[in-house]
Amino acid sequence: MAIKNNYIRIEYLVFLCAVSAFGFVTENTYYLQIMTFIGINTLLGLGLNMLMGYTGQVSLGHAAFYGIGAYTTAILSGTYGINPWLSLVCAVAAAVFIAFIVGLPTLRLSGYYLAMGTLGFGMIVNIVIREWAAVTGGASGFVGIPVLEAGPLIFMSGANYYFLVWGIVFAAMIVCRRLLASRTGRALRAIHDGEKTAVAIGINTHLLKLEIFIFAAALGAVAGFLYAHFVLFISPESFGFMFSIKIVTMVVIGGMASVWGALLGATVLTLLPEVLHGFAEYEMIIFGTVLMVVMIFMPQGLTRGIMDMIRTAGRART
Amino acid sequence: MLKIKNLRCCYGNIAVVHTVSLSVRQGELISIIGANGAGKSTLLGAVCGLLKNWSGDIEFKGRALKGMSAPAIVRQGISMVPEGRQIFSPLSVMDNLKMGAYTRFKKDGKHRVAEDLDMVMQMFPILKERSAQLAGTLSGGEQQMLAIGRALMARPALLVLDEPSMGLAPKIVEMIFSTIQDLSHSGVTILLVEQNARAALKISDRGYVLETGKMVLQGSADELLVDDDVKRAYLGKDYGDFLDERNQ
Repeated sequence: MAIKNNYIRIEYLVFLCAVSAFGFVTENTYYLQIMTFIGINTLLGLGLNMLMGYTGQVSLGHAAFYGIGAYTTAILSGTYGINPWLSLVCAVAAAVFIAFIVGLPTLRLSGYYLAMGTLGFGMIVNIVIREWAAVTGGASGFVGIPVLEAGPLIFMSGANYYFLVWGIVFAAMIVCRRLLASRTGRALRAIHDGEKTAVAIGINTHLLKLEIFIFAAALGAVAGFLYAHFVLFISPESFGFMFSIKIVTMVVIGGMASVWGALLGATVLTLLPEVLHGFAEYEMIIFGTVLMVVMIFMPQGLTRGIMDMIRTAGRART
Repeated sequence: MLKIKNLRCCYGNIAVVHTVSLSVRQGELISIIGANGAGKSTLLGAVCGLLKNWSGDIEFKGRALKGMSAPAIVRQGISMVPEGRQIFSPLSVMDNLKMGAYTRFKKDGKHRVAEDLDMVMQMFPILKERSAQLAGTLSGGEQQMLAIGRALMARPALLVLDEPSMGLAPKIVEMIFSTIQDLSHSGVTILLVEQNARAALKISDRGYVLETGKMVLQGSADELLVDDDVKRAYLGKDYGDFLDERNQ
């Protein structure tokens, strides 16, 4: 057991070193910007992975919490001039509150019905953002989001923001890891495998599902906050149905029920469109093909797929 | 310890169990036998809080269970080994066992749970051997042991087993039943639901016979074993003799 724990720690250490090294070495702001987006998307993937990958509850409205986070902080700090860090707290609180209200009835659903319920919720949030123009700026977007500052640090230059985002991603990964290794983590996986049996064993599945839904929503709101203060201009399209689907795709491609899966999925889905820009009008065709190929050859997602490949290679050598 | 009075269970408008009454006293091993569709599992569902649509009285340690959720009933001390085992196959054997103690971690703390883990592993050494393995990779008999072990991890006052012999080879069934008997001797109160009436009655103190949702017979296990009606209807006497011969 001790060896296994060390192994995990080494994994994280390597990851931390790689991320920091990239931050210090790279000066190209474009690369840093892409990496920052990967970090933000990883947060979204992590949250949804807890809900979908581990607990087996499919949500097609995760972008709504991303939007709630982004718009709450935009409105509070942009329109009302509240300190952005305070508005982060408000953004998370708003997402938690809304997740509670929405989750209470919808999490009694399961399977397709839960997917439909969350889909509807995502659409409602998007319509509210779009139509409540007086507050949100409507379809033309919200301008005037302040830059994040902490004492002498201004989080605007590529590297500063990069470190801020990845610091939070790292912390979130550790929190998820700890949560999953605990009694709650086992219970989540038990719900995934057989909700009825989980109830029979004494797990209050409704409450636990609600809690993890709220947890995912909170992570989504943090991601929204980071996004808003990074791009400084937000519009409803970034938080629509298509983006919810994209987060689901990240989780599935990266590998369900794996903390690294969220990272890998977010990386692939953020990088791929950038790499494929060169192919101009063929971009979407290649994008779709890559996703199909991954699903055909690695139905468990990239994380498991790569792990299996390494294992087979190791076996072939011995 | 457990008292059921005039229980009636419904699925929609259709009553599956009618006016069933039974009692389980402290330390007893009671079996409910009956054919497919007699309402055995439905009855257990009502006791464990998995089925809501019932009327009548169910009392456990003097407390009415009406309206209690399944997790609340587990905390009262009733633990079930579900039909078809229902272990969490993507979790490791160890995690499955720990899941059984889910409701206890806060109340009893880690050490007590660890003690019970040791106890269960001692009872089923094979589980210790396979503790890191995924539960889905175990054989049917091992999975049944795991399901029993998981239920024991809740430290139940009453252990409820729903057809532990289902889908298992006769030799494994024999072993599972002797385990149940050992548990009973060690003081656990057990309610056993079985189709395999002969095997169940052989280890039981008393038995109830359920037929299309009605309790048709009750009595001490020895009486039921020799009762002509029971013999003909449930023990499948000829088949039983055949089995005995083969086992010799």
